[in-house]
Amino acid sequence: MHIQEELSQRHVLSLTVSNEAGILARIAGLFTARGYNIDSLTVADITADHGVSRITIVTNGPPKVIDQIIAQLDRLVPVHKVTDLTENGPFVERELALVKVAGIGEDRIEALRLADVFRAKVVDTTIESFIFEITGTTEKVDNFVGLMRQIGLVEVGRTGVVGLIRGKEAN
Amino acid sequence: MAEKSGADILVQCLVDLGVEVVFGYPGGAVLPIYDALYNHPTIKHVLVRHEQGATHMAEGYARSTGKPGVVLVTSGPGATNAVTGITDALLDSIPMVVITGQVPTQLIGTDAFQEADTVGITRHCTKHNYLVKTPAKLAEVVHEAFHIATTGRPGPVVVDIPKNVQIATAPYAKPELKVHASYHPQTKADASAIDAAVEMLAAAERPILYTGGGVINSGPQASALLRELAALTGAPVTSTLMGLGAFPASSDQWVGMLGMHGTYEANWAMNQADLILCIGARFDDRVTGRLDAFAPNSKKIHIDIDRSSINKIVDVDVPVVADIASALDDMIALWKQRNHQKVDLTEWWARIAGWRAKKSLDYAEGGAEIMPQRAIADLYAATKATGKDVIITTEVGQHQMWAAQHFGFDAPNKWLTSGGLGTMGYGFPAAIGAQMGNPDSITICIAGDASIQMNIQELGTASQYRLPVKIFILNNEYMGMVRQWQELTYESRYSNSYSDSLPDFVKLGEAYGWTGIRIEGPQELEAGIRQMLETDGPVIVDCRVAKLSNCFPMIPSGAAHTEMLLDPSQVKGSMTDEAKALV
Ligand SMILES: Cc1ncc(C[n+]2csc(CCOP(=O)(O)OP(=O)(O)O)c2C)c(N)n1
Ligand SMILES: [Mg+2]
Repeated sequence: MHIQEELSQRHVLSLTVSNEAGILARIAGLFTARGYNIDSLTVADITADHGVSRITIVTNGPPKVIDQIIAQLDRLVPVHKVTDLTENGPFVERELALVKVAGIGEDRIEALRLADVFRAKVVDTTIESFIFEITGTTEKVDNFVGLMRQIGLVEVGRTGVVGLIRGKEAN
Repeated sequence: MAEKSGADILVQCLVDLGVEVVFGYPGGAVLPIYDALYNHPTIKHVLVRHEQGATHMAEGYARSTGKPGVVLVTSGPGATNAVTGITDALLDSIPMVVITGQVPTQLIGTDAFQEADTVGITRHCTKHNYLVKTPAKLAEVVHEAFHIATTGRPGPVVVDIPKNVQIATAPYAKPELKVHASYHPQTKADASAIDAAVEMLAAAERPILYTGGGVINSGPQASALLRELAALTGAPVTSTLMGLGAFPASSDQWVGMLGMHGTYEANWAMNQADLILCIGARFDDRVTGRLDAFAPNSKKIHIDIDRSSINKIVDVDVPVVADIASALDDMIALWKQRNHQKVDLTEWWARIAGWRAKKSLDYAEGGAEIMPQRAIADLYAATKATGKDVIITTEVGQHQMWAAQHFGFDAPNKWLTSGGLGTMGYGFPAAIGAQMGNPDSITICIAGDASIQMNIQELGTASQYRLPVKIFILNNEYMGMVRQWQELTYESRYSNSYSDSLPDFVKLGEAYGWTGIRIEGPQELEAGIRQMLETDGPVIVDCRVAKLSNCFPMIPSGAAHTEMLLDPSQVKGSMTDEAKALV
């Protein structure tokens, strides 16, 4: 016998949660306990009184599992609301990355040219290196990093995804 | 390459890793592994009566043999029942590998029958844990698990194996040991630290060696080197509860255990020392007493393999991150190379003699009841007279402290007790595990009437495997240690500390095919102990001791080493809220 795997889909989930001790551990623990995947997770408080945080989780799994993940998250006492951005109409998602590239001569010029195409900003420079700041969808950041890898990628830091539903309503 | 099922891969790994004994209990989620163990030619499986028992047996086996203890339990309740023993092994740094069954991967997260989040539940009570999702990874994980459990600061490792992973097949070849790139315990000390330590030791006028369980964990070599270093320096040696036996109690340089129920001389010597060399101990609250009064005028050197133990509670002058044996070896070599001579410690020893003269372990005798301390002392004398190897385990409570105080240990790995977690129910299964690993030793669990009931079901296990363990109950009809604290703190309001409705331990033992002996008065003590030692099979002894004896000396919570209570007359019966709030 061999173990079969089901096909997975990527989903971006947006949660609002009470900003209390242990909430992040609770959510991360739920994912590991139930065997769910976390591709990225971001968290920061979003209200003036620092009482509520938004957590954006990028996960993947078969549709049934995604449903369960949402239901399980919703069941946690400090979780206010869970929205599956992927399912709930058009949404904006962005992540930010810092990308360090080293090289001289033609490589250096090509790196700058590509950065321009991707609208990445130079935030640090030496004679032999740049750090670019790039914002965009995960796919865009992946593409940029992929190109830089061919030129002389040194290291990358990424924030993970944040997202919001389009339109005037709060979610 | 030929494929093997996950269960067969696991068992093959255990064989390759030299595992001889597995303590376990079957269930749905480990049936494939049990089938792979059926009639196994080299691995012996000990069927316990409760999974907690299996974990403590593995601990007893590990502590007495130096080999890792191995546990096998099913998912859900099997795994949760093991949690106490896993935590116990973490606190006392015992090498242990616990294999747990898990529901099949496709059911994980669905609240399937007997599903528990074993990896989540045990995350904080293991050194490391794994959920293995494919048989192809199993061999690598099992080898790494044993490596992590036994190296660096030892500890428990859990490997959670879903049932379909036990059935599914994968190509198998004996794996190379691949360890997490981030796991490199430092075993060899920095030369500069050794240098500083040796120079301080050579200059100290009032040195003391404060030793702990790390010496035992490091192996018999470490105990031998400790003895050598002690001989070179002439310094007094004390030990924590966990370190007893690393240095011989019969030595003139031995000043006894330190800490809450340590000797007057050990605690005063710690307080007055100008140099404390801490060897594999961790400045636990039971040892330091009130922190701001702890060894106020001393320099401190701390040798520990776990960097995070250093400067955790007490700031030290020289941290030495290393395996104990390696660090002691380096120190001794440098001491000799520099031709250091013993400092004249006559004055220091004279002061120690003054504290010793208090005879802080003495107790009043002469009544109609057996004094518990006398029972331990007689047990020690009688076992010593046999000339055989003796292993002592304990439960938790007054009897544990009396055993630590009145039984002399001259060799490592002979004293098995739950120090860090203080788990009632540890001692009896630990004795079974120790007896499995040391079939020719006399193995005795010194127990309390309350603690022994916490894993009493293991009487059946000892009967089944014909293990001649002895249980020696100091029966005071109380949770004596709780009662003692109620006397110290709550004006003797004995809330729920009386052991009501005790079973007839003699008949209970007999029901399981054991020999039962009752010792009721001082005149029966010697003969009762002799009969226990002369009986071939397992024996349970119900030794009725003085009901209201308390364990002295004692540093009450929140007090300093210099504020020991030596006898009951010094007990006030109440405490401030600040002292009450301490552990
Ligand atoms: C599992 C567990 N529960 C509770 C305690 C708290 N406790 C410490 S000692 C003790 C009483 C032990 O009584 P007994 O076994 O009769 O030993 P004695 O102190 O009388 O020698 C208790 C309840 C503990 N250490 N472990
Ligand atoms: Mg008792």
